Amino acid sequence: MTSTRANRPLLEVRNLRVEFPTRRGTLVAVDDVSFHIDAGEVLGVVGESGAGKSLTGAAIIGLLEPPGRIAGGEVRLEDKRIDNLSAEHLRRIRGRQIGAVFQDPLTSLDPLFTVGQQLVETIMTHLDLSEAQARSRAIELLREVGIPGAERRIDHYPHQFSGGMRQRVVIALALCAQPRLIIADEPTTALDVSIQAQIITLLKRLCREHGAAVMLVTHDMGVIAETADRVAVMYAGRIAEIGPVGEVIRKPRHPYTIGLMGSIPKLDRAVARLVQIEGAMPRLTAIPTGCAFNPRCPKVFERCRHERPDLMPVETNHAACWLHAPTLTEATRG
Amino acid sequence: MIAYIIQRLLQSVLVMAAVGFVAFSLFAYVGDPITIMLGQDYNETERARLAAQLGLDRPFYVQFANFVANAVQGDFGISYRLARPVNAVIRERLPATLELSLIAAFLALAVGVPMGVYTGLKRDSWLSRFFLTVSLIGVSLPTFLIGILLILVFAVILGWLPSFGRGETVQLGWWTTGFFTKSGLKALILPSITLCLFQLTLIMRLVRSEMLEVLRTDYIKFARARGLRDRAVHFRHALRNTLVPVITIAGLQLGAIIAFAIITETVFQWPGMGLLFIQSVSATDIPVMAAYLCLISFVFVVINFVVDLLYYAVDPRLRVDRGAVGGHG
Repeated sequence: MTSTRANRPLLEVRNLRVEFPTRRGTLVAVDDVSFHIDAGEVLGVVGESGAGKSLTGAAIIGLLEPPGRIAGGEVRLEDKRIDNLSAEHLRRIRGRQIGAVFQDPLTSLDPLFTVGQQLVETIMTHLDLSEAQARSRAIELLREVGIPGAERRIDHYPHQFSGGMRQRVVIALALCAQPRLIIADEPTTALDVSIQAQIITLLKRLCREHGAAVMLVTHDMGVIAETADRVAVMYAGRIAEIGPVGEVIRKPRHPYTIGLMGSIPKLDRAVARLVQIEGAMPRLTAIPTGCAFNPRCPKVFERCRHERPDLMPVETNHAACWLHAPTLTEATRG
Repeated sequence: MIAYIIQRLLQSVLVMAAVGFVAFSLFAYVGDPITIMLGQDYNETERARLAAQLGLDRPFYVQFANFVANAVQGDFGISYRLARPVNAVIRERLPATLELSLIAAFLALAVGVPMGVYTGLKRDSWLSRFFLTVSLIGVSLPTFLIGILLILVFAVILGWLPSFGRGETVQLGWWTTGFFTKSGLKALILPSITLCLFQLTLIMRLVRSEMLEVLRTDYIKFARARGLRDRAVHFRHALRNTLVPVITIAGLQLGAIIAFAIITETVFQWPGMGLLFIQSVSATDIPVMAAYLCLISFVFVVINFVVDLLYYAVDPRLRVDRGAVGGHG
């Protein structure tokens, strides 16, 4: 599906680098990250906390918390660069072309305004509608995200909704101006397990119906496996492996991904014990030279300690690992 | 909602009863009024007759009940010093204090809130740093010193503004106002600045720290992610969320402005209740002191009550109707 792309991708991130200048030097939180998302596609981004997955999402919509900043690379939306736009231009893209869903629905909504007020103001910011039209659109959206009695509930305040219901409202807010892409940052992490699946199913169905692509940031491989078309595995600010979700889960190529998959319990297979990756992800202040994963890697060899691997094609996947380095003759092929 | 109002009203009544008791105790413990009224030369029958005439021979609780009954009707007796009904004296002085206090409160809010918002939004601009530095002076200098400095600069050296009094006033029924004459307005400037300066810096610093707090919240980040304009994010969402603590402090500060206008009124010889109170204290004019105590407490109680009602208007989470919490869908 992705190998023969006739059209330009919806979103293209090239060599993105996010830095945090601090008193003790500059921290590189996202380093040389490149990926693309096609229209209507769901890209899962998975990794431990601190791997840079949320920051990548924040960088795309221009909402990095200062002093964090984009220090290199580019972000293209429908082939137009958006990382160097003015604040005002970026604001018009947010909500209109790229919607966002955040982790905690309990704190994502302003407690002092009814959900209707928040929907209407968002709709009227982006679309040329009257207040009455915006309101009927808001009711329609609430109905679409599965809120019973939407006509009545629209005038309720966030505290009058449960967590799952609030996340539905947040999804309605993200979708209300028909964006082409939704960046969902851990959309189910704060919810009860029983509700997580509902919200993920809802998000996926709505995005399909509205033709929106999704960048689904999570640390939950289960969610990715169920939802995503492709998956990017991030480690210490870089993409370790990226590929179609079935391939990455069944045949992971990067030793980190292999470890990650081994740490997930499977019901259909008896596993004596879960595999655990030795050690912990390095701090941003102490990223090792060479491959960042080399101190924990079971298959480490000399080259890994000195040279940093870029993503290399391995059948359907791409993995940043010297194990998959092409031989010299193949390398010249490009 | 109604139950809440009734509950708050009952509490207010209790507070006022306690204050009334303290005010009443002034009569018993700060000098003996009969001794004061009879002067040097009297005998026991004269004393007993006067006590009976004034009702001072009756039991304590009857006297207190009488005091409360009269006070509720605004009757605090007759001033020892001025030999006129206390409520008439206070009524003369009330407009001066209220005008000064309300102007000062208005200034403190109208200048303090925007300055707080500005310093909260533009944390690193030099103007914010300047405001913050100046506000330190406002917080740390005592009011009388600021007043005297202002008099020195604007009244003595520059001679632009009057250094004391209220200027010419216009009579509106029993209310006297300085708002309609040039000298009245000019006379208001220095005292109101002096009176508002502390509250202004306090409100500015409060709004600033609340803004900084609110701007970090998820719903502000999400409002930005929704692509709302900065104006909507800052003033519709952020500022409104800072209001609950700001209303609390602003309400208490309005009470404080009215109560502690005493110092400013003394410095500027402003003919208000504060000055009256100071004069009454020097003359041990207990009826006036008791009335002042009750009046100021009443103002505080009313302001607190209004603040509680404002919470309701501002924060929907406090409203009692929370019947419609939906289940998981």
